[in-house]
Amino acid sequence: MIIFGMPLALVVSQLLLGMINGAFYATLSLGLAVIFGTLGIINFVHGALFMMGAYVSWMLLQWVGLGYWPALILSPLIVGLLAALLEKVVISRLYKLDHVYAFLLTFGVAMMIEALFRNIFGSAGRPYAVPDLLRGGVDLDFMILPLYRLWVVVASLVLCVATWYAIEKTSLGAKLRAATENAAIVQALGVNVPRLMTLTYAGGAALAAFAGVLAAPIYSVSAHMGTDVVIVVFAVVVIGGMGSIKGSVIAGFALGVIEGLTRVVYPESSSTVIFLVMAIVLLIRPRGLFGRGA
Amino acid sequence: MTASAAKVLLQVQDLMAWYGESQALHGAGFDVREGEVVTLVGRNGAGKTTILKSIMGLMPRVAGSIRYQGRETLALRPDQIAACGIALCPEERAIFGSLSVWENLMLPPVVAPGGFSVDEIMQLFPNLAERRDAGGTTLSGGEQQMLAIGRILRTGARLLLLDEPSEGLAPVIVQHIAQTIRQIKARGFTVLLVEQNVNFSRAISDRYCVVEMGRVICHYTRAEIESDPARLTQHLTV
Amino acid sequence: MTEQNMLAANTAGVAIHGRRNYLIAIGIMVVALIAAPFFLYPVFLMKVLAFALFACGFNLLFGYTGIMSFGHAAFFGTGSYVVAWTMNRWGLTPEVALLAALAGGALIGLVFGVIAIRRQGLYFAMVTLALAQLLYFVFLQAPFTEGENGIHMKGRGSVFGVISIESDLAAYCFVSVVFLLCFMLIVRTVHSPFGQVLKATRDNEARVLSLGYQVNRYKLIAFVLSSALAAVAGGLKAVALGLATLHDVHFATSGDVVLMTLLGGLGTLFGPVIGAVVATSMWEFLSRFGSWVTFLQGLILVLCVVLFRRGIVGELAARLHIKL
Repeated sequence: MIIFGMPLALVVSQLLLGMINGAFYATLSLGLAVIFGTLGIINFVHGALFMMGAYVSWMLLQWVGLGYWPALILSPLIVGLLAALLEKVVISRLYKLDHVYAFLLTFGVAMMIEALFRNIFGSAGRPYAVPDLLRGGVDLDFMILPLYRLWVVVASLVLCVATWYAIEKTSLGAKLRAATENAAIVQALGVNVPRLMTLTYAGGAALAAFAGVLAAPIYSVSAHMGTDVVIVVFAVVVIGGMGSIKGSVIAGFALGVIEGLTRVVYPESSSTVIFLVMAIVLLIRPRGLFGRGA
Repeated sequence: MTASAAKVLLQVQDLMAWYGESQALHGAGFDVREGEVVTLVGRNGAGKTTILKSIMGLMPRVAGSIRYQGRETLALRPDQIAACGIALCPEERAIFGSLSVWENLMLPPVVAPGGFSVDEIMQLFPNLAERRDAGGTTLSGGEQQMLAIGRILRTGARLLLLDEPSEGLAPVIVQHIAQTIRQIKARGFTVLLVEQNVNFSRAISDRYCVVEMGRVICHYTRAEIESDPARLTQHLTV
Repeated sequence: MTEQNMLAANTAGVAIHGRRNYLIAIGIMVVALIAAPFFLYPVFLMKVLAFALFACGFNLLFGYTGIMSFGHAAFFGTGSYVVAWTMNRWGLTPEVALLAALAGGALIGLVFGVIAIRRQGLYFAMVTLALAQLLYFVFLQAPFTEGENGIHMKGRGSVFGVISIESDLAAYCFVSVVFLLCFMLIVRTVHSPFGQVLKATRDNEARVLSLGYQVNRYKLIAFVLSSALAAVAGGLKAVALGLATLHDVHFATSGDVVLMTLLGGLGTLFGPVIGAVVATSMWEFLSRFGSWVTFLQGLILVLCVVLFRRGIVGELAARLHIKL
């Protein structure tokens, strides 16, 4: 079957690739949106946290002998802990200033982290094997659907839904949502808001790290994984609407698919199409698709 | 128990507070005894709300002394002050729109036993029971005020700071709130009130502190004001 | 006294009290420019001046108007590519090529500005970053930029067709003159009524809006001006080094200019210059550490943001109680 002048298999495989990229965009922009909503800062470190998540899983395998499945839990925990430390020691000092400074700080920290990993591990990518359970593929008539890639999409969706649930339906989530509206009053009502913020930052970091572990078998683990993807994720968050969780997830998946389709139809534009969409969205609807307020 | 025999719950001495460069409080001082309803009166901009915010730890810069149950709380964080047993119902009510009525009600943690139970709060404010799952800001002004008061009744805090609870509300609702405050007092809670509405404050207050230009300039007891209401209103005219 | 009159009086006040300090500082700068080539390599100096102008243009936006653009490399890179390409392909003389760069930068600045101006603060920074990244990929893929290799210039040409600037010293003189002209333009802008509105917008935008000013228009003009200056700076860099590369358009360069301006002193006239001098010298000195340079850059940025927000000149001015 031919679509867009290409065989169906090619179109569908590119769409699937797009969904996978979309899964990463969604998970990463979810973490970024949650951090922005509650702490009011744009976390440039997010890309580095993603990279660290992948590297920690690699390190766990190489140095400790722990494989993929333990890494899925341990890596986000470790990265989350480090992120909590960063927030507590450095970032929280900047809340009372114009939030631009926090953004600059996270940029500097991201530079440091990437340089550190590049110097220690080199810039070449390290391979990470697909776990045994997820090798092989599902045989659809016109192509083989790799099982691991299916897993990535499913796992990301589940994680996004779980995060949405935690924020919209639990009492901890209620505290988070309230703190987004008026952190001072929430604190006056007796909630330990500083600790809530550290937790939120660590949570967002853990999400990024989880995405990193998912990414390791697909993209191989390299120091520049983070910076490659972080600016695209920014664009996704702007498109989805800055504080909106729903917006980030939907925009993430949608843009991944759009990018995948573009790669089929007009490959030269695939790296720029998301930014073009962002420019258009900003002109038509400056708040983003699901954003509220200015 | 007469007012003079009850122990002092809150002691504010020489309180100073600044918003950035501008100084809003210039050494305010007063006491609140257990079980009292004390009203801070004064013109707009006198510093009444600033006093409440200072007690709750919400001012960027303060100096002086605030002692609650004998403990110095000036330098504590707002959530630590809440944990001591003080709760604030702010002037703007601060009902959270992204939370349901129920979530708003359950948001503050319980800091001590002896607070109102959820059932009791629903009995006090039946409207809230009906609107449980509605978004916080879909409530009318009066309902939001009731929610803001109900929210802090649950925590078990013994000193309640209420900032202009009657502001902008219909007379029948104002009466309801006055009645509520009487019931709260009957349960042994202590209330520090900021109010512009003289009739409202006269209905419930045991004592009045007049605030002017960031200082407490005089006190009146209930008896003194009932015998001559002009004593109070003279401080409120321009 | 109406607010407008107060703004005017403010301008005059600065002119009366601060003028002597400025003249002294500018005098020092001119002397330094003249003396420097006797002590340091002209090519290095030209690079410093190019980045100094870049930082000064950025500072006009961030330090004086209070808007942070995190994609300024887009304009710097546009400038360097325009100069390199027009001089190579069309044989334009350097001063005309710089004007072309200015126009190119202003145009891209206008496009970016119109898209981004609807958002405030952090959103604005993110949007500019993303737009700049878009431009980066365009430059990467466009045939005329020769991709990863960059454009190598055939020579530096002759100013007005007659004054050859092939020699490093002659080129340095040209670059210094252009830098000084642009710097004076910035000084004039900052002290003009227009500049006062920008500063007021930085301090309290709502207030300026309530006074009836069309704030977005002022911000857009500042943005275009800043981007034009950044493009000229990129052009100067191309003239100096004879090369336009993708690194000029990379977001790391955007980060560099932020660091330089912050380090030197945000919202001061001479801060960005000092920042550029210090930063460029540091990178030269630290390049022996190879890949650890990026780490140190990040560390310096972090330390500046946490501990040293006023920057070198800012601290100096604060201690001496003068405006710089």
